[in-house]
Parts: sequence; C-alpha cells; structure tokens
Amino acid sequence: MKLLVVEDEIDLLEVIRQSLEKESYLVETAGTYALALDKISAYEYDCILLDIMLPDGSGLDLLAELKQMNKSDNVIIISAKDALDDKIKGLDMGADDYLVKPFHIAELNARIKSVLRRKSLNGKNTIEHANLKMDLDERQVWIDGNELLLNRKEFDILSYLAVNKNRLVNKTALAEQVWGDYMDGADDYEFIYSQIKNLRKKLKENGAGIEVQAVYGIGYKLVVL
Amino acid sequence: MNLLNYTLKYLSIALLLVISIWAVLFYLNMIDEVQDSLDDGLENSKMLVIQRVEKDSGIITRSGFSEHNYEIKEIGERHGLKFKDRYRDTMMYTLNEKDLEPFRMLTTVFNQDNRYYEMKVVASTVEEDDLVRSLLYSLIWLYAAIIISFFVINHLLLRKIWTPFYQLLRRLKSFRLDKDQGIETTKTDVTEFKELNEAVNGLVEQSVNTYGSQKQFIENAAHELQTPLAISLNRLELLAENEGLTDQHLESIGLVIGTLQRLTRLNKSLLLLSKIENKQYGELALLSINTLVRSLISEYEDFAEMKSIRIQLEEEGQTSLAMNKDLAAILISNLLKNAITHNVNGGTVRILITENVLMISNTGAAASLDQEKIFKRFQKNSREQSSTGLGLAIVKAITDLYGFRVKYSYTDQHHIQINFK
Repeated sequence: MKLLVVEDEIDLLEVIRQSLEKESYLVETAGTYALALDKISAYEYDCILLDIMLPDGSGLDLLAELKQMNKSDNVIIISAKDALDDKIKGLDMGADDYLVKPFHIAELNARIKSVLRRKSLNGKNTIEHANLKMDLDERQVWIDGNELLLNRKEFDILSYLAVNKNRLVNKTALAEQVWGDYMDGADDYEFIYSQIKNLRKKLKENGAGIEVQAVYGIGYKLVVL
Repeated sequence: MNLLNYTLKYLSIALLLVISIWAVLFYLNMIDEVQDSLDDGLENSKMLVIQRVEKDSGIITRSGFSEHNYEIKEIGERHGLKFKDRYRDTMMYTLNEKDLEPFRMLTTVFNQDNRYYEMKVVASTVEEDDLVRSLLYSLIWLYAAIIISFFVINHLLLRKIWTPFYQLLRRLKSFRLDKDQGIETTKTDVTEFKELNEAVNGLVEQSVNTYGSQKQFIENAAHELQTPLAISLNRLELLAENEGLTDQHLESIGLVIGTLQRLTRLNKSLLLLSKIENKQYGELALLSINTLVRSLISEYEDFAEMKSIRIQLEEEGQTSLAMNKDLAAILISNLLKNAITHNVNGGTVRILITENVLMISNTGAAASLDQEKIFKRFQKNSREQSSTGLGLAIVKAITDLYGFRVKYSYTDQHHIQINFK
C-alpha cells in the first residue's frame, strides 16, 4: 500500500510517517503544494492525507486537481481548522474524510484503514485476526465461524482495537470513538474499564485467538495470541 | 434630576436672591426720591406762605391744620434764633380715611416784624406698608413670570439644542461591543456636541477594533496551538508503543498525554466559545429537547454508573425548538457532565422537562455556589483537575446566542434551569 502525506509541519509529517510505517505502508511525503502536485500527477496512491493550509497553496486546490484526475476518493483531509465550510467543501469535492488536528494516531489509522478497505477488490468491510472475523457493516463478530454476541459498546471497542491491531490505543481515543465527542472532559475514563472487562470475558470464554491487553496508564492494545 | 431642571433650580435660587436685594435697594431709593420731592414741595409751600404773610399778617391767626396745610404760632426770640428747618414723618388724622395717615412735616421759623413764628407745613405722603405690600406682590409676579418663561424656554429651546446629546446617550446605552460595529451620530452645529460626537466615535471605533483583534487573537492562538499539540500527542503515543518500557515509564507518558489532552480540550473549548460568539453556528433545525436529553443520558450512563449516580428523567411536557443541532447537544451534554462531575458518590441527577423549561438538579457540595460567578470563564473548583472551567461559560454563551434564560439556584441540591422562551 502506498500513501502520500501532504503536510507542511515537518514534525507532524515525521510522526505520521513513523506511525504509518509501523503498519508497513510505503509512505511518501510532501511539504509543499508544488511538491504534492508533482507527486500526485506522477504516481498513484492508495490513500492521500492532505493538509488544507500549505505555505504555497491550498489543499483544497490540490483536491480539485485530484478530482479532475478522478483520484479524489481516497483523500483524507487533515486540518487545524474545525470549520464547517472547509469540511463541507472538502467532502463535496470528493474527499473521503475530514480529520481535525490534534487527532489520535489510532484515529488516523482507523480512517486510513477504512479508506483502504473500501478500495480493496472484494469491497467487503471485514477484518480478520487469527480466528476472529468481524463484519463492520453488518456489525457481526465470529470466532471460528460461531457468532459472538456483543452489545453496541463492546462491538465498537473491539472493532476500534481490531483496526489498530498491535497498536496502543489511547483510552481517550477509545472513549471518543465509542462514547462520542461529548465524553471529552470526563478526564477519568475508568468507565471504559467495565466494558473492556465484559468484552475480555466473552472473548476468552469463546476461545478467541486474540486478547485485549491493558497498557498501564495509557490505554489498550489488541494482540494476536 | 435632569440637566434642564438642574440649571432651573440654581437659576431660580440665584434669581430670588438678586430680586430680593434689588427690591430692598429699589424701595429705599424710591422712598428717598418721594421724600425728596415732598420736601421740595414743602419748601415751596413754606415760601408761598411766608410771602403771603408779608402781604397779609392776618394769615397767621387764621392758620391751622383744620383748614390749611400749615399752622403758625409765635415763639420766643431766643428760641427762634437758633432754630433750623426740620423735616420729619408724622401721623395725622384724615377725614377720608377716618384714620391716622402718614404725613411729611416741615417745621420752620420765620421772622415777621421782629417777631418770631414757628410754622409747620405738611403734605400727605405714601403709606409705607401699602407700598411695601404692592411692591412685594409685583415682585412675586415678576419672579413667577421669569421662572415660568425660563422653564418654557428651557424645555422648548434647550431641549432642541440638547437633542443630539440625548440621541447620543440613547445610542450609547444600547451599544453592545460584541454586537455593534460602530455608533451613528447626529449632525449638529454646536461645537461641543461635534467634539463629543467625534470623541465618542473615536472611542467606539477603537474599542470595536481592539475587541475584534482580541477575539481574533484568541481564535488564532487556539488554532496555532492545534498543530504543536497534535505533534506532541502523537509523538507520545508512538513513544508509548516502544518495547521495553516499564510501567513507570508508561504511567509517566500516560500522565503527560492526559495533561496534553486537557490542554487540547481547553483549546477546543476556547475555539468553541469564540465560534459561538462570532455566530458561526448558523444552520438551524427543529429539534426536540426531550429526544436529545434521552439520547445524551444513554451516552453518559457508563460515566454516571462509575460514580454510582442515578439519573432520573421526568418529562412533564414537550419542548421543541429551532436551534443548531451541535450547539443543542453541547449545551445539554455540558450541563449533564457538570451535574455528574460535581456530584457525590451515590448521588442523583434529576432532569425535569416541562414546556420550554429544562431543569437539571444534582446533589453535590452542601453549599450554594456564587450564581454571579459560575457562568464566568475559568471559574472552577480547584479540586476538579479535569474540568476546563469553560463548561458553564459555554452554556451561557449558547443561551445568550439564542436568547434563552439560564439561572442557578440552590436549595438542598444544585439546580440549573434553562428557560427556552
């Protein structure tokens, strides 16, 4: 999988690149509009992360170029501006998603995977790890072909962790994903713990080949046993 | 007391003083003039009588106040030689008034055929008490006339002159720094008002500009912070994924991540506040507060459960209104979060919805909070590390934007009531 990250902040670009390389993607970067335009004209990318504010142009103009080349459907806009106008414009121009800085790495991962899954040939929105299989559209989980019944929150937690397999997921990222944005401010995310506990119990009882590990003080990680 | 009546008050006091002093002087002057002219008349009468006496000495015996205005009697030589003319006021009986009336009397001495005679000549003079009274009455009338005409002039002319001033005052009263761009002044020919208008315009323009740039600054600062925050958070998240970190390392990283997230929330809240104040949430939708509250309660269930807090919802009426969907959710979730966060273990949160009123009551600290302060920015309980101190400020900003009324009260629980009408 080949990804392009267009971002003028060198530090952020570097962090994003490092994180994506952990997922074994081939990552190319561009810090300016001109460089980005060169790259998108010359190469094909599976997913493009696009910052709107660039020193020598607007990311939205790049998006327009991509749309003309019919390549805009795999673009995720990353912006410091949580402006509704930009969001609507970006999505109207064919961008797949809009992510506001600062974001969690897990969140970025999840969004990229979602774009990539949609692009994949079979078009099926499924994840498979060991003997676990999840259908994200139908919201179903199977272990060794037997359906595992989970409540809404358990499913959301499991799918988010599964998308970020082997990656440390911050509990705030998890809370925002599962409980919604309104939960931010509830600094102590202890309430996640009871849901995780139930989820672990169900996975273990049904002999799942994966496990949800707690990472002390930070969050959780899904690992294949 | 307004300006017009204020000047009138001092003017009437000053006028009363001036008129009184003037009246005394005028009276004394007039009396002096009257006496002067009476004395001249008496002098003339004296000379006429003396002339006549020279021709006809019989007049002396025929004189007397019963028939004439003079009386003559003989006096001794010694007495007569050292006599000088003397004027004085006296009272005499008059037939027409049937009473004693004031008279001016000249007492003189003349020599006729080496015999000395004393002569008294009288003339009726003014009654001083009558004079004083009539003078007083006319002065009262004069005073009243001046005051009334001044009052009328004041209210017609001065009011007209002061119109630009009052218009400016009205505009200044309704001026809102966060709403109005400037102030409109009326053209005037009066130099002072012109200067006032210019000064006010300058001041308002400067304030509006300063306010605008301050607001812009907060917004820009918050925006500019987003990227460094993103970099630090993501770097820490990457760092935490390194193998071989001890629990202690992880805990430290977790704490820093937590602090950065608090900063992120603070930043987002500031951005949200300035967006609300800049009216950047346009899109309205008709939404049911009841439905929204129900769905948000289910979001917060886990959070409340952790503190063993029971959330009770009582719906006594339906409230639907046109407002921005995101802001409505932020408004109610901030209130809910507030009621859960500042609660005690095993406490309750009671939500009452009646027609156009939402009331959230919660158990908590057993003391009333300062209702002036709780909706202000950064007013927070120092024990609550996690709160940004902006939650209720955001609530206030949203209610202000839509013209809702929000009120805090305390009985045995803390209540926050929003009136949507």
